[in-house]
Amino acid sequence: MPETKPKDAPPAVDEGIERGIAGLTEERIRKAIRRVLSGETGARLKAYVDTCIHCGLCSEACHFFLSRDRDPAYAPVGKVKQTLWEMLRRDGRVGPEFIKQARIVASTHCNLCKRCAMYCPFGIDVAYLMLVVRRICHLLGVTPLYIQDTANSHAATLNQMWVKDDEWIDTLMWQEEEARGEIPDLRIPLEKEGADILYSVIGPEPKFQAQLIYQAAVILHVAGVDWTMPATPGWDNSDMAMFTGDNEIMGRLKRAHFETAARLRVNRIVMGECGHAFRSVYDVGNRWLGWSMPPIPIVHAIDFYHELLEEGRIRVARLFEEPVTLHDPCNVVRGGGLHEKARAVVRRTCAHFIEMEPNREHNYCCCAGGGVINCGPPYKKHRVESNRVKAEQIAAAKLKGAKIVITPCHNCHSGIEDIIHHYDLGVETRFLGDILYQVMEKP
Amino acid sequence: MTRSTDGPWDPAIVDLPLSPWRDRFLWVEEIQASPAGDAAAAVVRLGEEGFSVCVNGDPWPEPFEKIWHLRYAPDGRLVALASREGEWTVVVDGVPWENRFSFVWNPLFSRDGSRIAVAFQRDMAYGMAVDDVPWEETFPNLTCPLLRADGAATAAVVQTEPLSEGDIVKYREGIYTAAVDGRPWERRFMNVWGLACSADGGGRLAAEVRLSPTEYTIAVDGTPWGETFACVWTPLVHPVRGTVLAPVRREGSWWLAEDGRILWDRPFVQLWQPQVSPDGRHIAAVVAPAFGRWTVAVDGRPWKATAGEMASDPCFSPAGGRLAVRFKDHGRWTIAVDGRVWRQARQMVFTPVFSPDGGRLCVRFKEQGRFGYLLDDRPWELAAEAAWDPVFSPAGDRLLLRTVEGGLFRRRVLPLEDFGKV
Repeated sequence: MPETKPKDAPPAVDEGIERGIAGLTEERIRKAIRRVLSGETGARLKAYVDTCIHCGLCSEACHFFLSRDRDPAYAPVGKVKQTLWEMLRRDGRVGPEFIKQARIVASTHCNLCKRCAMYCPFGIDVAYLMLVVRRICHLLGVTPLYIQDTANSHAATLNQMWVKDDEWIDTLMWQEEEARGEIPDLRIPLEKEGADILYSVIGPEPKFQAQLIYQAAVILHVAGVDWTMPATPGWDNSDMAMFTGDNEIMGRLKRAHFETAARLRVNRIVMGECGHAFRSVYDVGNRWLGWSMPPIPIVHAIDFYHELLEEGRIRVARLFEEPVTLHDPCNVVRGGGLHEKARAVVRRTCAHFIEMEPNREHNYCCCAGGGVINCGPPYKKHRVESNRVKAEQIAAAKLKGAKIVITPCHNCHSGIEDIIHHYDLGVETRFLGDILYQVMEKP
Repeated sequence: MTRSTDGPWDPAIVDLPLSPWRDRFLWVEEIQASPAGDAAAAVVRLGEEGFSVCVNGDPWPEPFEKIWHLRYAPDGRLVALASREGEWTVVVDGVPWENRFSFVWNPLFSRDGSRIAVAFQRDMAYGMAVDDVPWEETFPNLTCPLLRADGAATAAVVQTEPLSEGDIVKYREGIYTAAVDGRPWERRFMNVWGLACSADGGGRLAAEVRLSPTEYTIAVDGTPWGETFACVWTPLVHPVRGTVLAPVRREGSWWLAEDGRILWDRPFVQLWQPQVSPDGRHIAAVVAPAFGRWTVAVDGRPWKATAGEMASDPCFSPAGGRLAVRFKDHGRWTIAVDGRVWRQARQMVFTPVFSPDGGRLCVRFKEQGRFGYLLDDRPWELAAEAAWDPVFSPAGDRLLLRTVEGGLFRRRVLPLEDFGKV
């Protein structure tokens, strides 16, 4: 069991955390811890705490532990020991410096990827325990600046990127206009009540990656889908509040999303290639609101592409020639079981597919998810160094010939790009949609 | 359209062929039906000259570069948002407002349709405009635009000063408030969301506000309630009492509060969409009495019937004696009325519509891309290509149905006893 702090933890100079702890007292900290432990957790937490036999088998699952020379401080159980167990052991009597370190561990040393839950003999979900720690830190106002700013955007605009209501609509019209250069009668139908599908995206798409909306519009148009996009807030399915511990804003975002779909009377929501957003709409946010499952079915892009190809609504004109490998995003694979469908889409669209090892539900996390990449530049070096095993995975796939890493998740995409650059791996990333758009038959 | 009736409620079927539109224009967007069913319109693509709106087969005289959000106002005027030479405005029955903006969105109508409001952005300054009159004061951003039901006032959530990305300190201090007709409340908040105002004059404006990262409450005319909560949802101004109702979260459960005090004697796993009956005697809200079960509660008492996926859009009859809500269970939508769930369920049901006396209930549905209607749980499988909400005659003995069937826009008035027959 770890008795020391992580050896290579970054020197955290984070205004969000420093400002947060400046005003804390031990009494306030204890009150927040008690509020969460007695009022917001229940049998689940008690079962985890009482069941763990401190065997450490979870360690082998964690990319942080493996990438950092098996430093026990980075073992899942080590992270719990440094945070929640200590709060329990001391009955909440911990100081501001402890909270600072707990926030750093819970928010930047764990991606909530849940790989360790598969290695635990009892299935203890350390990701849940880290979320409990994050919740306590949120109530104390101790949150890394970058992700707090993102949560602030979520609260103020109901999207992740400070996109104003008019900017959102204008971007859709711009992409519609661009796409008409390729398909003259293409439309991005706004506010179409009674459409079959509402297509939803994450904030960075209109902000930085508008071509992804273009590509999606082409795919939906060619497939003859009856679809719409909202001209109101509620279009963004992403959710960094879920990762800061701000459950109230998380709930507000998910309510807006589902009520927008309900207002437009659609049958299903199809979402782009985002993993954490899938977790938020499919598992965490919906349940905080009282829905046991999404009230309107959520279809992740992997699932949707698979459906379009299986039904022959999209046909492949020519296979993608460059050899590809596939990264399995945690939230849609361990969290959603989409790994075989992802492979089916890859095999239908790509000529040469090389498996990364290990894969499917055993795949290593990208180390960007769980809000870690959203904690920003202060943690970037630590983040990429904490995923050497992913670099080794990709390098092994490259040795077998892979030149492209398909990453059907936004956070994974960014995280793996960082790893590729840091370790100079010489491969490129693509979304599944990039590939599909490139190889599909178009009018 | 050929008129073959003497009065709007004489039983008749009047058809308007839509196929000539498709021959005449490059494409025809979603058809919009006028409230009286006497007109159909759509945004149409003309070619290089841009877009127009086709009304009963005739395009507006002047084209625009872009047109979107075509809708009929309740009084039958046809309203669209359109741009020309890069500037946007509101176009009413083909006539543009004089004011031009960098962008306009979210058009709103007063209850009778006589007033039209819209949110605008002009040179990165945000405001609202009503009937071509913009707010005098503008803001760095604006959300949640609202037009009072009588059309006499507008309101919105506004950001009162610019915010640099990453400035969590200024954000925490509060730069948001509500503005009424462009005049902001004095007090600033960390966040402001859903607004509600009384339907008519002399009313109050209420808003969800966040005082700190963990403290929420309702502000009324700029003054927060004395009580704070873990979370709140959009409030509602009681039309008779003039009080403000709002769902509030306390100790992990949701309650209904009135003017800051807990009103109902029991909490729920979830509670939202509160509604007051038109006579002011009853209050209903969508509730989750248990995790994953949804229904409505009336005056704090939940119906026994619940749905596993969703309950939505509670709707009182005009006199307030009956209540209907959309239910979704096992992937199918239906209607529950006064606690009884209809047997008919469809892929989608739309907004339930009561007859004026509340005795009859009709709703539009969609199944596998085709539309029909349910009247008191009895189906009419019209297999229409498009359909709009039903309208009861003032006497409640007839229905106006507006559909597209076989490429024809069809206005159909029928006695209730003929439902499903013609």
